[in-house]
Amino acid sequence: MWSVTHNDIEAIAIGAGILGTGGGGSPYLGQLRMQYLLKKGYSVNIISLDELADDARTCEVGWIGAPTVGIEKIWDGREPKWAVEALERYIGHPIDALLCSEIGGGNSIAPLEAGALTGKPVVDGDAMGRAFPEMQMSTHFIDGAPCNPSAMVDEKGNAIILDHLVDSFALEHFARPLCVQMGCVGMLALPLMSGAQVKKSSVRGTLTLAKQVGEAVLRARRTKEPMMEAVLSVTDGVELFAGKLTDVQRRTADGFARGEMTCEGLGTYRGETLRIAFQNENLVAWKNDTVVACVPDLICLLETETGEPITTEQLRYGLRVTILAIPCTDKFRTEAALKIVGPAAFGYPDVTYNPLPKQAGIGIE
Amino acid sequence: MRIGIDVGGTNTDAVLMDGRNVVGWAKSPTTKDVSSGITNVLTDLLKKTQAKPQDIAAVMLGTTHFTNAVVERKSLSKTAVVRIGLPATSALPPYIDWPEDLTAALGGIYYLVHGGYEFDGRPIAALNEDEIKGVASQIREQGIDCVAISSVFSPVNPDQEKRAAEIIAAEIPGVKISLSHEIGRIGLLERENAAAMNACLSHLAVKIVQSFRDALAGLGISAPFYISQNDGTLMSAEFVEKYPVLTFASGPTNSMRGAAFLSGLKDAVVVDIGGTTSDVGVLSQGFPREASVAVRIGGVRTNFRMPDVLSFGLGGGSHVKTEPLQVGPQSVGYEITTRALVFGGNDLTTTDIAVAAGMVEIGDKSRVAHLDKELVNHALTRMWEMIEISVDRMKTQAGGVPVILVGGGIILVGDSLNGVSELHRPEHASVANAIGAAIAQVGGEVDRIFSLDTTPRDKALEQAKEEAKGRVLSSGALPDTVEIVDVEEVPLAYLPGNATRIRVKAVGTLAVD
Repeated sequence: MWSVTHNDIEAIAIGAGILGTGGGGSPYLGQLRMQYLLKKGYSVNIISLDELADDARTCEVGWIGAPTVGIEKIWDGREPKWAVEALERYIGHPIDALLCSEIGGGNSIAPLEAGALTGKPVVDGDAMGRAFPEMQMSTHFIDGAPCNPSAMVDEKGNAIILDHLVDSFALEHFARPLCVQMGCVGMLALPLMSGAQVKKSSVRGTLTLAKQVGEAVLRARRTKEPMMEAVLSVTDGVELFAGKLTDVQRRTADGFARGEMTCEGLGTYRGETLRIAFQNENLVAWKNDTVVACVPDLICLLETETGEPITTEQLRYGLRVTILAIPCTDKFRTEAALKIVGPAAFGYPDVTYNPLPKQAGIGIE
Repeated sequence: MRIGIDVGGTNTDAVLMDGRNVVGWAKSPTTKDVSSGITNVLTDLLKKTQAKPQDIAAVMLGTTHFTNAVVERKSLSKTAVVRIGLPATSALPPYIDWPEDLTAALGGIYYLVHGGYEFDGRPIAALNEDEIKGVASQIREQGIDCVAISSVFSPVNPDQEKRAAEIIAAEIPGVKISLSHEIGRIGLLERENAAAMNACLSHLAVKIVQSFRDALAGLGISAPFYISQNDGTLMSAEFVEKYPVLTFASGPTNSMRGAAFLSGLKDAVVVDIGGTTSDVGVLSQGFPREASVAVRIGGVRTNFRMPDVLSFGLGGGSHVKTEPLQVGPQSVGYEITTRALVFGGNDLTTTDIAVAAGMVEIGDKSRVAHLDKELVNHALTRMWEMIEISVDRMKTQAGGVPVILVGGGIILVGDSLNGVSELHRPEHASVANAIGAAIAQVGGEVDRIFSLDTTPRDKALEQAKEEAKGRVLSSGALPDTVEIVDVEEVPLAYLPGNATRIRVKAVGTLAVD
């Protein structure tokens, strides 16, 4: 068990940005909110999966909505707590520990805020080990976690319970318009899981990993040691490429920002080209027309000089970037999971997923 | 005739212009009080050009005064921030992401009250007028007379900000109020930050405007004067008293506008090479491209319109170290006339390299005759590479782009650069910034979210354009000259009702003479 500090939050926000693989939203406001809670005297403890009792009740806490609204209508701050409490009232039992749904991007911090405000510990893990655009792309749901019941709240204190929904598609169907009525920012608490289920389904240690990645970046900035080596040493990833963005094509399709970018090599990569297709997150990378990485493995763009993660909205001609590939969780590498998170699920049926080699003990479990 | 002045960190530049002609120019060191530097340079300019004070129809001034006040935390007024947004927004109160010393300089006082709007214009809560009256009396009792008001989604609907301003103005005699929707864009914290910075400069703005007025009067110039904004348009002296924050980063903007004017190009990359640093910006339709990400000023994130500028450490006074070869970022700065080798000093600078290479004749070239030819060539290549990389980072597409060189340091550049299709060195390039200030245009902008389900797209665009034009006219433009220079539509992800953010900008020529 460890207690989160002000500096941990800064590191987690940077690490979560990198693990967001171009999507997941900015963790910046979350970082500010959580650091403000710590300043006001709140604290939150992170426990490992092993410290969780098999019969413990847990739930994920995370927000849904439009990022453009999120930067304007700032939260009351108590929404994560209200969501958990609404669910507790409905089931008539206290929830013992909280979970992160998506370590990549903005939702890495919401469970920490919930933990600080409720006094409940947060489990060191999540349901993706990265960021993904849709709810079903989760190790919890792939393992059959229930989508009933769930609670959704807004900043005014409105709380709504969803129950008896036929499946996760119905959940998406009902939650979206509710979120709009809430002013396009809503906080969700779901799914309810036992400690035993969590131990089986969660990606272990990803809060710690995000912190280590962020600390590596911060240390490299301070000591001027090679930035990418520092990141790779904790993620078990490989450097795919370094160069300059020379082309970015975008289109909006089905509410998602899709597109493709081209990067021309610099330094040892001079004369080579890397292409990446994205849909909010980076999906497939081709080096000189050969696939070198694809989902569910992580394709991360970092600004070469600063190590700052680059989101797909920030892509523009001339950016100097280094592209890393990081092996994803083994839980996404099964045949069943690949149907939901593999290249075909994102519209690339011709791309074959060749898992990046990984070694035990470092990186994403 | 009119005069353009640019008060930079090192020099104050002035030009006298008659229509499109540059009649003459002068340069003088910037002084601590700014206004005596202006008096010096104008005295010199009038003497050189033999112009009479009564011939001057208008004076246009670009100044770094307000930026410096924030950066140095000097002459800032205690400011209360009133945010209208409860029950939303309490997770992050005003001043949350400010450096502590700057918060302290402003007093760090804030109030959250009920109200604000949703993205579609529904109220989050009704405005509670008694609550605001109560806040106003607390502000008055603390002796604070600068107030910034922000409200959630005020760019969509400014009514609550305006109403709150009326209530506060009635409670606090002489209060200076800054409204966030008049300054910033969507993004509550950044917009509120800009409004608070504007508010804390309120008293300084009145003082500075008066000192400029006095400086001009002292020289017998009774013409009206205008201040440059960071989008390349002008504001009246009365306007700058209300919106000093809009002068931030007007220096690079003036250089770019001057470069466009001198070269006749409307779409190009501008490289302004000074004594210590160079700024690279992009002209689009004759105006600087705006930064799309939050810009930090004095350590505070803001999101109001600012030119997109990339600065790097190359200037005419940059140190050149030989083993290993390194150019800048250290510079001898304004001491170049004593410290550079060609001026009898002991520091090897980029100017010495240019003289040694025979690109320019400045100072005593025999003092650099001993420099190794290979070293000179390597240093030149390095300097040009620094420019090439920065130009490449700023351009938005592959292929060569036209580049306009301005500023005193353009002597460092040879006949061509990689990635550049044409290299322009317009006449009077060393005072492009003052010329940019003298270009008499005024502007107006609208930035709002429209629901295209309730308002058809054509109608929404028309409405936004008319409003922007109306703003230009009310700033004193000649009606025939008003045109729309920029229209941007951004469909908002995840929002229903076909919500689209529309941003329209119009400009017109100021009625001078």
